[in-house]
Amino acid sequence: MSVGIVMLVHTAFGRAEQVIRHWAASDCPVVIHVDRRVPAKTYNGFVKRLSDLPDVAFCARHRCEWGTWGIVAATQDASEMMLERFPQVRHVYLASGSCLPLRPVQELIDYLAARPQTDFIESATTTDVPWTIGGLEHERFTLRFPFSWKKRRWLFDAYVALQRKLGLKRRLPAGIEPHMGSQWWCLTRQTLSAILQDPERATYDRFFSKVWIPDESYFQTLARLYSRQIESRSLTLSKFDFQGKPHIFYDDHLQLLRRSDCFVARKIWPYADKLYDAFLTDEAGAMKRAEPNPGKIDRVFAKAVERRTRGRPGLFMQSRFPAAAQENGLTCAPYSVFEGFSDLFENFETWLAKMTGARVHGHLFAPERAEFAGGHGTMNGALSDSAKLRDRNARAFLSNLIWNTRGERQCFQYGPRDKRAIEWDLATDRNAQISVITGAWAVPLFKSNLNFADIRKEAARLQKVESAHLDVLRSQWSRARIRVWTMAEFVEAPMEPLQTVIDEIGQQSARGLAEVPRMTDLTGFGQFLQNLKNQGMHPYLMGDFSAEPMVEASEPARKPYVVK
Amino acid sequence: MERIADPVMAYRLRWKRRRLLHRAFRKRRQLATVADRTGRIGPGDILAASTVRNEAIRLPYFLDHYRRLGVDHFLFVDNGSDDGTAAYLAQQPDVSLWSTPHSYKLSRFGLDWLTWLQMRHAHGHWCLTLDADEILVYPYHDTRPLPALTEWLERAGAESFGALMLDMYPKGPVRSQVYDAGRDPFEILCWFDSGNYTITRQEKHWNLWVQGGPRARLFFADRPRRAPTMNKVPLVRWHWRYVYVNSTHALLPRRLNLVYDEAGGEKTSGVLLHTKFLHTIVEKSAEEKRRREHFANSALYDSYYDSLMENPDLWDPQSTRLRSWRQLEAMGLMSRGGWI
Repeated sequence: MSVGIVMLVHTAFGRAEQVIRHWAASDCPVVIHVDRRVPAKTYNGFVKRLSDLPDVAFCARHRCEWGTWGIVAATQDASEMMLERFPQVRHVYLASGSCLPLRPVQELIDYLAARPQTDFIESATTTDVPWTIGGLEHERFTLRFPFSWKKRRWLFDAYVALQRKLGLKRRLPAGIEPHMGSQWWCLTRQTLSAILQDPERATYDRFFSKVWIPDESYFQTLARLYSRQIESRSLTLSKFDFQGKPHIFYDDHLQLLRRSDCFVARKIWPYADKLYDAFLTDEAGAMKRAEPNPGKIDRVFAKAVERRTRGRPGLFMQSRFPAAAQENGLTCAPYSVFEGFSDLFENFETWLAKMTGARVHGHLFAPERAEFAGGHGTMNGALSDSAKLRDRNARAFLSNLIWNTRGERQCFQYGPRDKRAIEWDLATDRNAQISVITGAWAVPLFKSNLNFADIRKEAARLQKVESAHLDVLRSQWSRARIRVWTMAEFVEAPMEPLQTVIDEIGQQSARGLAEVPRMTDLTGFGQFLQNLKNQGMHPYLMGDFSAEPMVEASEPARKPYVVK
Repeated sequence: MERIADPVMAYRLRWKRRRLLHRAFRKRRQLATVADRTGRIGPGDILAASTVRNEAIRLPYFLDHYRRLGVDHFLFVDNGSDDGTAAYLAQQPDVSLWSTPHSYKLSRFGLDWLTWLQMRHAHGHWCLTLDADEILVYPYHDTRPLPALTEWLERAGAESFGALMLDMYPKGPVRSQVYDAGRDPFEILCWFDSGNYTITRQEKHWNLWVQGGPRARLFFADRPRRAPTMNKVPLVRWHWRYVYVNSTHALLPRRLNLVYDEAGGEKTSGVLLHTKFLHTIVEKSAEEKRRREHFANSALYDSYYDSLMENPDLWDPQSTRLRSWRQLEAMGLMSRGGWI
């Protein structure tokens, strides 16, 4: 027999009893401390139920309020009793009533017997670790904390602030360097008795009794004075959430706990029948001499913290609705917006879809309806193409679309005929890649069968809208990846810009463009612009087109060629 | 900081809350006790409160589901049922039942009655406020009953728990598949809209306003502002001074409506699977249209009822089939938050 268990209990006595019987069955003596706040009736019943076990003892009771000295006092008394009553005990293991042994007790006994001089206690200096919640690190040791953090938070905070302001500081006892770590340790008789029998103990106790959360620093600090060999880790698996509260384990954590290979875990939900049933049956055959490795399951906890504090970018739901500027992205994935391309090229959308494998929509923000790819009435997630539904919340429409199609690149067309409510959201979204051919809106007018007076009016309107839109794109707040070409520039040398935008989507083959989209016939476009000018409407966004028929445009068919 | 800077609104809402509490207090006389078993409510019990009318077909599964989740006692108000609802409920050992023939609409859609019952019986308990067609699911609900959830919420300092209402519908016209009482309704209603919800924040009560789903898609596409509200706060650690303002979409005091994180993180939340679209919807809509008890300005909803009476098919090729809570979580319709 080499391991003794000191157990602090304040609730779920039935479960504590089960675990105590489990330890006792492997001949581990158990000393129990029961919180003094527990009613006498409950306490007496508990003592009576355990009276058949010879190596189970109860020590004097203290009030154990979270973060106060009572827990340390309880641990001291129980440890003293353990060392005195059970001289054969070599290691003392501190556990709570909600701790559950995950591996056969004999494995723990063997493990410790193989390391007779080692103290397992997590112990780090305050400057080295960022564990603390609430900003109290070294100040835990230098300020005074007479008020309860749980019940009198306001007084607690005010008194801390006051002491900071007045520069009040307690002096540390000579010779100690404050350390902190998990409350749950396993110490050797030598170390533990040296701490408890230290001639200076009264000084230390006086000091630590006014420290904030002494149960995480008293033994952790003093063990450093006496231990021959410290393993700074806890044998008890205990994980904390982002608020610094311990995670609770439920039935569905069975596999997770098994994987950790730890000896003991806390806290276990008292009603987790499956866990208690599974782990409290010692299977001699199931032994595997693995080193405890809580790191194996760390990812699960790290992800939970991430989910709780940062969430899934681009998701808006009933429990994640970030205030403006805290969204961490309006959308969840990159997407491309093309302005003017489908005006200039006759088969731009099908070509783009073929080249990139992306989903290419028409004008999603068209006044009549959202032109989903393939002309469907709904998209993934049953997102409707109704303009009214979309315009009710254009931002949500966009973030929904991108969220619903996670894993598939989205591209859509946009232009001065479309609803403008979305333009700031596009410009300020880091995920947006916006490519603009300015002035290309004139092409449909050029091809149209409208009266020239109407064309002139419409051209003036569209030019004004696009000009304002370009101001948005160029504003200091825009975060999207934006490329702008005038139509004249683009028509002059279309391959390079096309290659660039395709590369940005990054899904085509490395060999370059195997095929180019078919540019619409621009014969007479220069003259069309000149006519507008002659009518007093100066189209300037498309750049310089000469009124003479263009050389390229008059060629019967452009030969596809490859740009490297 | 803005929140502290609106003391005038805070003061007005405090009076509004008191007015609503007083209103509930006055309405207490409308309730006749049918079966009062509230003496059996123990400390720490989880309660569920509901106003029902002709829900005999849904109640067996409803009770079954919530008992399985760990609800210890049910508080029901029966508002003039004639299909045996009252008799059925009165027999249940964990149900306390009151009845009233008075107006549902004038009782703020049953809330005044429930507020009075909650004031008397739910103080200090975690309490669900539900309609008979709302089935709550939350992360891990298949392995962790409600006490695990409420204990965890309490430790995280939360007093309320938010949920999205998810309209569940069958494939094909709603009346074509007949549901038998007691069966799992989601064998029939196994489809939902997964990604067409839009959210705005309402400054007055700090609650979110979520709209969307099949009803918005099909019946309100021409007037989306009127589309049904889909956010709810069904689970609250009750205090006798609390009151629901508008169905269970929002409460006072308004801090209870902060079931969402505003700094980008996700809080834990659930989904209320809505079993409205069983085959009975067609007849029920006709009745509701006639009674005009379900909306503050019912005339605006006539065309909605007309659509429902035409035995509509809510299914769409882009509908999603319900599989598990993990699916709902992955789709972002609810969240585990920091709960592992």
